[in-house]
Amino acid sequence: MRDVSIIGIGETPVGEHWEKSLKELAGDAIQAAIKDAQIERVDVLYVGNMCSGTLNGQEHLGALISDWVGLRGVEAVKIEAACGSGAAALRLGYVAVAGELADFVVVAGVEKMTDRPSEQVTAALAMASDADFEAQNGLSFVALNALLMRRYMHEFGVCHRDFAPFAINAHKNAVNNPYALFPHAVTAEDFSAAKMIADPVNLLDSSPVCDGAAAVVLCPTEIARQFAARPVRIRASSAATDTIALHDRRDLLGLEGAALSAAKAYSQAKVTPKDIDLFELHDAFTIMSVLSLEACGFAERGRGVRLGAQGDIAIGGKIPITTMGGLKARGHPVGATGIYQVIEVALQLREQAGANQVRDARLGMAQNIGGSGATVVTTILEAVE
Amino acid sequence: MEIARHWRLQRHRYALVGEVCNHCGVKIFPARDVCPECNAPAKTPYTFSGKGEVYSYSTVHHPPEGFEHFAPYVVALVRLAEGPLVAAQLTDVEGEKIEIGMPVEMVTRKLRDDGSRGTIVYGYKFRPVIASGTSADVKDASV
Ligand SMILES: [Zn+2]
Repeated sequence: MRDVSIIGIGETPVGEHWEKSLKELAGDAIQAAIKDAQIERVDVLYVGNMCSGTLNGQEHLGALISDWVGLRGVEAVKIEAACGSGAAALRLGYVAVAGELADFVVVAGVEKMTDRPSEQVTAALAMASDADFEAQNGLSFVALNALLMRRYMHEFGVCHRDFAPFAINAHKNAVNNPYALFPHAVTAEDFSAAKMIADPVNLLDSSPVCDGAAAVVLCPTEIARQFAARPVRIRASSAATDTIALHDRRDLLGLEGAALSAAKAYSQAKVTPKDIDLFELHDAFTIMSVLSLEACGFAERGRGVRLGAQGDIAIGGKIPITTMGGLKARGHPVGATGIYQVIEVALQLREQAGANQVRDARLGMAQNIGGSGATVVTTILEAVE
Repeated sequence: MEIARHWRLQRHRYALVGEVCNHCGVKIFPARDVCPECNAPAKTPYTFSGKGEVYSYSTVHHPPEGFEHFAPYVVALVRLAEGPLVAAQLTDVEGEKIEIGMPVEMVTRKLRDDGSRGTIVYGYKFRPVIASGTSADVKDASV
């Protein structure tokens, strides 16, 4: 198996892009990534996307986007794993290069959500859950996270405001990210007063509906230096699953898919959580941040929420998270999110994170989650000296 | 429309029929054909009592398409007396203080209504257990 590195990155601002279609957004990100990598050949294009069929009336994104972006003829296919689609596509790009089936792979993630009214977006996102036994009973995706959050608060005796630091930290970091949807700070008072969506989950617990696209270029590490001054090596790539429905989980708050995915990644990279300098986690909801930190070994069960109050999650803290705003404040264009996360880790490792630079960042982890913990893709990245 | 799909699920939805594993005895809902505990095939139907308690709950203020006119409504994970968790709506809870651990029982109610030309889907919801035996005077609400 070959070692694989990222040699190019490209992203569009996350936002409400009324002026751009799905393929235009994807094209912008792909062209930026190819330009950054300065490659002249692409062997494969993988496109991570969740909702193009339901929200854009368009499937077959491999052919659509490769044609649009001037890559006619290449192998191209869409990968879908709900909100984990982006990292699932990255995982397959990694497999193709590592397995010597391709040398230059472009992996893009794209989502175009804002053309539709919110009830339709809510219904489309609910397709990440079990259609017959969750969605048909009226459980929205937010409601599923609310059930997790309520149970967490009950079992561990914490209250809603204890989750505030996760939203505050994300928004603070987004201020310095030119691609972020919400580059403005929020306060604990804002958090407590935010509009209720599915109690206890309110608007500031939740990541926003938005549009965006991001892309990376992969190649074998042995030739990466020819294309990039600072390649970023994929030290580990792993994927795992859990039951799609919350009610089928053996341990509701254990997020076993995340634990399994992280354990495989640590094992491949031969590292422990202590070695990770920053963690771009899947903060679709504040409760997901907490459960991910616990499942990935950064906190004991029931104690993840305390990392917020202690300042451990801030830049300069023990385990900085959402360093460029996370899903909460950079935004969560669902199928693109996994690629945004990896780009943000790459920026940190390339020392291009500006005011949000994590000092001496050598190893960064990204974890992208599909559904409420059902598909989990973990990527550990390393700066190449 | 998907009439066949709803027809296939009618025993689950109207009678809370799941499965039992003949190997280890675990009760399974919804049906999954493979025992989650011992991985043995489990296709023997089993009818649940419909009794349980609230394991977690939430009120949905921003519903998905098809549920707009029910909002706000309460959803829950209910721990059935026989073991499994089930995701469902709570009903007849206007003005009730809902708590984790609260005893509930299954009732059949309208789940969604796909417009004047669509099907009306019925299924299970859960309501607070009526303390005395006077359940006859509970109004048979349409939702
Ligand atoms: Zn069994």
